[in-house]
Amino acid sequence: MINRIFAWLTDGAHWQGYDGIAARLIEHLGYSLIAVLVAALIAIPLGLYIGHTGHGRFLVVNLAGAARAIPSLGLLLLAVLWLGPRFNGDIAFLLPAGLVLVVLAIPPILSGAYAGVEGVDPDARDAAKGMGMGGSQVLRHVELPCALPLIMSGIRAGTMQVIATATIAAVVGLGGLGRFLIDGLAVRDTPQTASGAILVALLALSVDMVLAMVQALIVSRGLTGRYKRVKTFDPDAGVTPPAPALQHVA
Amino acid sequence: MTWLGDHLGDILGLTVRHIYLAGVPLILGLFIALPLGWLARRYKGLYPVLIIGTGLLYTIPSLALFIMLPFLLGTKILDPINVIIAMTIYTVALLVRTVADGLGSVPEEVNQSATAMGYQRVRRFMSVELPLAVPVISAGLRVAAVSNVSIVSVAALIGVEQLGSLFTDGFDRAFLEPIIVGVISCVALALLFDGAILGLTRLATPWQRAGEGSS
Amino acid sequence: MIRFDSVSKHYPDGTKAVDELTFEAPTGQITVLVGPSGCGKTTSLRMINRMIEPSGGRIWIDDQDTSTMDETELRRGIGYVIQHAGLFPHRTIVANIATVPRLLGWNRARAEARALELLERVGLPAGFARRYPAQLSGGEQQRVGVARALAADPPVMLMDEPFSAVDPVVREQLQDEFLRLQGDLGKTIVFVTHDIDEAIKLGDRVAVLRAGGHLAQLADPAYLLAHPVDDFVADFLGKDRGYRALSFQGSPAFSLTQEQTVPLGATPAQAAGAARDGWVLVVDASRRPLGWIESGRVKSPIKPEMLHRGGTVATVGGPLRNVLDAALSSPSRRGVMVDDEGAFVGTIRAHEVLAEIEERARPELEDQEARA
Repeated sequence: MINRIFAWLTDGAHWQGYDGIAARLIEHLGYSLIAVLVAALIAIPLGLYIGHTGHGRFLVVNLAGAARAIPSLGLLLLAVLWLGPRFNGDIAFLLPAGLVLVVLAIPPILSGAYAGVEGVDPDARDAAKGMGMGGSQVLRHVELPCALPLIMSGIRAGTMQVIATATIAAVVGLGGLGRFLIDGLAVRDTPQTASGAILVALLALSVDMVLAMVQALIVSRGLTGRYKRVKTFDPDAGVTPPAPALQHVA
Repeated sequence: MTWLGDHLGDILGLTVRHIYLAGVPLILGLFIALPLGWLARRYKGLYPVLIIGTGLLYTIPSLALFIMLPFLLGTKILDPINVIIAMTIYTVALLVRTVADGLGSVPEEVNQSATAMGYQRVRRFMSVELPLAVPVISAGLRVAAVSNVSIVSVAALIGVEQLGSLFTDGFDRAFLEPIIVGVISCVALALLFDGAILGLTRLATPWQRAGEGSS
Repeated sequence: MIRFDSVSKHYPDGTKAVDELTFEAPTGQITVLVGPSGCGKTTSLRMINRMIEPSGGRIWIDDQDTSTMDETELRRGIGYVIQHAGLFPHRTIVANIATVPRLLGWNRARAEARALELLERVGLPAGFARRYPAQLSGGEQQRVGVARALAADPPVMLMDEPFSAVDPVVREQLQDEFLRLQGDLGKTIVFVTHDIDEAIKLGDRVAVLRAGGHLAQLADPAYLLAHPVDDFVADFLGKDRGYRALSFQGSPAFSLTQEQTVPLGATPAQAAGAARDGWVLVVDASRRPLGWIESGRVKSPIKPEMLHRGGTVATVGGPLRNVLDAALSSPSRRGVMVDDEGAFVGTIRAHEVLAEIEERARPELEDQEARA
């Protein structure tokens, strides 16, 4: 079986064409990128605003939990069946599917951005205000950079959710690597199904690793604890004069 | 809503299967995550290895995992054991970190005084550290339970019957009602799991409420 | 000068954090607000840079009413140091210190040069510049906090329990260096603490507040110790007030007793020859006192670890408290006195110091009449 999967994956013909691996991979990445981008554009400003002002805190806290309980497959099929007939052509499944991808990516990014700002050291915030920073300066210079680790965690979680759901969305006709799984299952083409699964898993892992690298690049080393170990020369070390037995009263 | 009335029996059956497929991995996952979490806590070098490793497992999309497992395990693709194992993997992936952090939340002075009173390592873990870590572990377990219920429904795509089958049936017949009933049942089941864990935690940690009402 | 004019802070739920507070913090001096928790000292401090808006009264800086000033401009002209320093964890030390200059539009090079200069000023090595706050100890972070507040050279500094979160040894170091720094800079400082000893040590003037934001007493430390206005202030000042007040009285030119001293490595015979009443003082090559030793116990050439470690030394002309303490703490009962370079000049007995104290006029008592 392993040999047959390997053979399927290494067959050059499977990589080319509009329905080849390369094209499906690009489709999958494309959908995911657009969905995460749209979700981030909505969720990050909203999360920062809620974290900064404290307005609507209950919304975020409850939304993240509730979103987790909603089955993505059910939501997807419901959206396509309900919204699809209102549109013609590819839009009939592209729009509802895209909408669901965005909707599913919003809660983790939103709660990451909110929790990031919420968790900023109150003393740092107080000091920033005390030195004359206005609200937007505090946000830009202190809250946003300090919230970056959690914002990035949110984006990574949201991206994984989107890649997984985009796979399932092949059921409603969406392209991407999910096609190999869904079509393979339908025609009982086991090597194709298994290959698709491996490709999807690899895609998810690679994207997460890329995001992890981006995170390492943009998050200050002061927050991650990954500072260069500076060896400083201390001229006084080792040659401390013997302390006098009598202590001088200052 | 005649469809609902005609299919109550089926829905109940699917719900029971759903509870089984989502619930068993929760228990299995917890029992695997406890020792792993303890190891991650005990040996500092293991912590990043275990956290990154389980984190990678968690990134694998569920449908891909459902399909790959039969090849890795030699099981039949329709065998529910694949779903059980996949969900157990996700549960462990979520809980190892929670257990490690939960044990880390136990105040050091409590551990020190337990040791000073003569608790041996295993005894101390069972009767001091673990109980005190329950609130944190329970929070992680609730997250795992709710997402398990949701992810299990994807197994309908590989033909393993549970509430998710209502989604595919409805979609195939272009019929909204089963899908809506399925979504509502799934959410209700998730809330049920969540509430059950919350209730058990409250029973297991009476000291958490000790301060309530006095102020 | 900062002037509080019937300043109040009342909250909608009826709590009065500060009630009709009136006092002045003179230019170039340290005014300490001290009191138990809930006395409104932090609220009062934060009303100066309008982190909290007063609900009544006015606060003046020189002759400007702060409520009419632009909030941002007001704060940029005031250095602000808080308990846990509040450094920005994502910025290096040098970037932290350069924050306000950068906000004021200085170019990077100038702001960093200024930051490096301040780093040295607060006693941190230049090697710390590129580190992050998490790499520094609490005391070091607090020094950075002070440097950051000084960066734009504001005439006014507000300090809210800046040294409370560090251990006692470091705290004392930070206090000493803070006083030295203030000696150079002469800022107008309002300093909040709950620690009366810190208040007495640092304050040119000390304002004792009681719960509800009432000013119980405002005076210089010596006067405060001598004349607590009521039981609350007296209790808050604590015990040993008479002794502690001696910190604020200089000593006269005592006629000191000359001592024969011995160097390290002196033989038992040399020690016995120099000893008086069984004790001899050991000094180093610059005649700095090292410690006392009982001549009868010297069986071999004197080594540092054989010296008695209990005594303190006092500087000629220094506070009476130090002179008395040197005498009281000396194993030979002879207090060791040194000159400004730390070289031994002679000894003094406790009864001689006490005689001086007894004879001395009570300047703080005269003060009372002057102030009454």
